[in-house]
Amino acid sequence: MWSYSFRRVLATIPTLLAVITVCYLLLHATPGGPFDDERKVSAAVLANLQAKYHLDQPVWKQYLYYLNNLLHGDLGASFRYEDWSVNELVAKALPVSAAIGGGSIVLALLIGVTLGTVAALRQNSVADYLVMLVGNMGSAFPSFVIGPVLILVFAIWLHWAPAGGWSDFAPRYMLLPMALLIFINVATIGRVMRGSLIEVMHSNFIRTARAKGLPMRTVVMRHALKPALLPVVSLVGPLAISSITAAVVTESVFSLPGLGKLIVNGAGNRDYTLVLGLVVLVTVIAVTFNLLVDLAYAALDPKIRY
Amino acid sequence: MLITNNGDSLVQALGKATDIAIAGRSPWADARVRFLRNKASVVSLCLLVLIVIVCVVGPFVLPHAFDSSDWDAMSLPPTFKNAHFLGTDDSGRDLLVRTLIGGRVSLMVGILATLSSVSLGIAWGATAGFLGGKVDAFMMRIVDMMYAVPYLLIAILMVTILGRAFYLVVITITVFSWMDMARVVRGQTLSLRSREFIEAARAIGVPTRRIISQHIIPNLLGVVVVYTTVTVPGVILTESVLSFLGLGIQEPMTSWGVLIHDGTAVMEISPWILLFPAGFLSVTLYCFNYIGDGLRDALDPKDR
Repeated sequence: MWSYSFRRVLATIPTLLAVITVCYLLLHATPGGPFDDERKVSAAVLANLQAKYHLDQPVWKQYLYYLNNLLHGDLGASFRYEDWSVNELVAKALPVSAAIGGGSIVLALLIGVTLGTVAALRQNSVADYLVMLVGNMGSAFPSFVIGPVLILVFAIWLHWAPAGGWSDFAPRYMLLPMALLIFINVATIGRVMRGSLIEVMHSNFIRTARAKGLPMRTVVMRHALKPALLPVVSLVGPLAISSITAAVVTESVFSLPGLGKLIVNGAGNRDYTLVLGLVVLVTVIAVTFNLLVDLAYAALDPKIRY
Repeated sequence: MLITNNGDSLVQALGKATDIAIAGRSPWADARVRFLRNKASVVSLCLLVLIVIVCVVGPFVLPHAFDSSDWDAMSLPPTFKNAHFLGTDDSGRDLLVRTLIGGRVSLMVGILATLSSVSLGIAWGATAGFLGGKVDAFMMRIVDMMYAVPYLLIAILMVTILGRAFYLVVITITVFSWMDMARVVRGQTLSLRSREFIEAARAIGVPTRRIISQHIIPNLLGVVVVYTTVTVPGVILTESVLSFLGLGIQEPMTSWGVLIHDGTAVMEISPWILLFPAGFLSVTLYCFNYIGDGLRDALDPKDR
């Protein structure tokens, strides 16, 4: 287990390096630099500025400088927002995204697993149809269609919640965005949980447990639930990646000042360093998250021995 | 029952039975029968064909151009007046024509990006699976890396840097949608590789490239067809997300994502501008998913 964990941790390094390198080279391939403006500065000043930011050095040296800065947690300066470094922009946006994204994933797991379990145990019941319906709708309608429809129905027609915006973690503003993210994730989690629990309930050791007279409750809680949860655990990694996509859309739809909104605005303004910094940051988060999920999976699944 | 009551002899009955057995069907005919039995898939297929035809033909038939404004009819709800059947947007452009033109663009991106990503995936997967060993490990490691990456963000970085021309959007989407196909094709290739007919081909000295193109890839066709239908909606969805975020197809050209984006801006006063393109997109995605399901059931070799 320890050697597996160690190898798994090491394996994330090439992934991170590859992403950072490709993104950096992409960025470097763009014509123009930060100081190429309509208002020309004199050649001497330009040389000074370039020397300060190492722009006069060869590409590989600049790249090493960038990596070094990254290791110190410095994502660079924004091209467009004066007086703001990427770090400061991120520090303002990250808590918003983390609250919405993290909160909704935890809630979606709870709701999805519960609904999926009930649906699997009581097939053709109301809960079962609900899971199937949500699952179907969640996979058919993209988040940027469900989001505006939620606003249309619950904000504009029913006035239950504000249509968007943000006010210091006020729950009113978090209601609809989180509902959207929970809905999308519950759709997948519920379906997978239902399928895997049905499969587990048909296996031999469950039959044995029932044959020796254990009550249904114990059979499900003690024996069936753990193996049935494994596919859900392995789903959490890809789900987190797709949640990043969903979060970008959600923050755009509900105009939340999170990382997703920041990256879309940055892309619109062609704020290269900001977008690059955010991509690197989110990739690190995603890769780390995937790593944790993999380790959890290895710890949970007795069939995996490394 | 071989012996029937209406006087057929055992021999005749046996003859009949064996005749039926002899009149064998090709795996593809088999699959077609199974697919046609799946009502949801057949309905989806018909609906999809209808949408494609309407998107292709509609703009020629309708009296409006997708980028010209009707100054007498701005933000008009759906009406028969002036043949604005789905109404107009806030610049007086006919929504039906725009939705159909947007559909053309979305479907076009879908088809082109799917073709390129499917070809890339097949080539990648077949090569990795056939060569095996270190090459395989390395190539699949790259696929794993691609999976671990938040692709939308890198797609955003790419369109920010490269630009938002139609073909660049297609390339960007291609880069992030070939991995599923590569994985599936590799798995199939690995199992095909050890089969006798491949060994025979190798024994008589057929070069590796020819074995891959002449023997491996034709045998992969089933899974390729299934995963292609699954790739199309994913690709259309990615294009729509990019366009919805304002980072894909640019005005005055339009796509379903752009229209939905425009629709959200005015949904308080004219919700139909949001709802019609959203409906078209959702129905199309739904159709592709159901066709994919049907094809999987029809072509899955394990099911035979």
